[in-house]
Amino acid sequence: MNRIGTLMRREFRGYFATPVAYVFIVIFLFLAGIFTFYVGNFYERNQADLEPFFRYLPWLYMLLIPAISMRLWSEERKSGTIELLMTLPVSLADAVLGKFLAAWLFTALALALTFPLWLTVNYLGDPDNTVIAAGYLGSLLMAGGFLAIGSCVSALTRNQVIAFVISFVICFAFNLSGFPIVLDFFRAWAPAVIVDTISSFSFLTHATSIQKGVIDLRDIVFFTSLIGFFLYANMLAIDARKSS
Amino acid sequence: MENLIEVSDLHKRFGSLVAVDGVSMKVARGEVLGFLGPNGAGKSTTMKMITGFLAPDSGSVRISGQELGANPIAAKSRIGYLPEGAPAYGEMTPATFLDFIGDIRGLAPASKQARIREVVAKIHLEGVLHQTIETLSKGFKRRVGLAQAILHDPEILIMDEPTDGLDPNQKHEVRQLIREMSPHKAIIISTHILEEVDAVCTRAVIIAKGKLLFSGTPPELAARSAFHNAVTLSVPAAMVDAVEKSLRAMPGVAGLEQGVGSDDHLRLTVLPKSGETLFPRIRQAADDAGWPVREMFVEGGRLDEVFRSITTSTAASAGGHRS
Repeated sequence: MNRIGTLMRREFRGYFATPVAYVFIVIFLFLAGIFTFYVGNFYERNQADLEPFFRYLPWLYMLLIPAISMRLWSEERKSGTIELLMTLPVSLADAVLGKFLAAWLFTALALALTFPLWLTVNYLGDPDNTVIAAGYLGSLLMAGGFLAIGSCVSALTRNQVIAFVISFVICFAFNLSGFPIVLDFFRAWAPAVIVDTISSFSFLTHATSIQKGVIDLRDIVFFTSLIGFFLYANMLAIDARKSS
Repeated sequence: MENLIEVSDLHKRFGSLVAVDGVSMKVARGEVLGFLGPNGAGKSTTMKMITGFLAPDSGSVRISGQELGANPIAAKSRIGYLPEGAPAYGEMTPATFLDFIGDIRGLAPASKQARIREVVAKIHLEGVLHQTIETLSKGFKRRVGLAQAILHDPEILIMDEPTDGLDPNQKHEVRQLIREMSPHKAIIISTHILEEVDAVCTRAVIIAKGKLLFSGTPPELAARSAFHNAVTLSVPAAMVDAVEKSLRAMPGVAGLEQGVGSDDHLRLTVLPKSGETLFPRIRQAADDAGWPVREMFVEGGRLDEVFRSITTSTAASAGGHRS
């Protein structure tokens, strides 16, 4: 446990050692603002909630989370520090978890910095703050899912650009699988079971129900098991490709 | 003797390339093993398997009597390792990096700070302690890697080319450091600098194409040289032909080599047939004939020549492993 914490602190500080962290946070907050106020018509809707913000967050994450996760392992492989890390007295699970938690903590920080939106909506109206809290929780879980995918992909290559592009495509697919366009396409010919399975892998479907204030155990189980699955795959990827 | 490292019949292949092919060795406390071989011989791969980074295809690694695979974390905590190229996190400074290593190695906060100060002083990192590692020179990067490897005072120290990229003074310091630490540790260093073997190692092994070709002390290695017990003398250039003629006629002489000399003198190296001792005979001949010999000495053996003959004579036969 101690070692996971040590690894996590090192990784987390690593984000702030370079401009990456600041660029990411500024862009994230800027885009979140644009989506909420312009694309999401925050004012025109005339409703005291953060629905426009949460609605566009999956798309924002799809673009920005791979930028956080791409360096997690490919950088270690490229610089050779993976050999240092893996010969320190830490288990592979500790290393994978420590890095993942650092990245997750970083996205949590970026998400927390959207608090002026929450202040704004509370100033302008009288929103249901438990729904907003649930929305934040759902967004955080979704970020974890995207990060686990990105971390796993970054273990497969020493090239950060490749890690970014492939993570982006996979995140895109996970987002899109909940969209009516995709589901309608399958509904036309596939049995309901397959349609349901595809739709059940959708980040949007799981996240939107939480964001509407409904904390369903199934959604939480979905995200945590997805994170678990990809982190396990991450471990296998490191083990298999260590020597190359 | 207490064998801290026991490696037996290690094999590793990458695809069709056989990287390590049946390597066995033991290193006891107090020993410094010099691991020699041409580039691509399998030195680094063997070290990666001993330190638990790579799993061998077959064979076993025992660290302090314990099978490495049985409890890798316990084994890794006994080992200090400097990987090839001394990788370190470039965005960190030596201070934060060593602090991280101390934490992950489980040093208590108070002893960690004391130990970091001690190692930093020993390796002379004071001047660059708060500079990011990526901005350091190659020599300093290597020393940061070295500091990291010895921070927890491990009983087993494995260093892949510890003096690579250092200037002669720094090389001397690192060798000094290795000698100081050697009585209490089992140390393996890989190198292709042969003088290093003479300078710090108690034993040397040579591998090429993944196979162990020689294991013995540095003097034993030198004894394999054609120059072992050869006699070198320098005589005036004008007399070289006469001297050469009588030396060639001497019993026990296998051959003669002419080297460069200085101001009108030339160096002649007389190679003995195996087991022969030439020095008394040559001195006698010089005295009898009245050669104005300016210098004369017995050679211990030339390591680079032994290295070349051991690693290239088998290259052809082992070549079949690459396909």
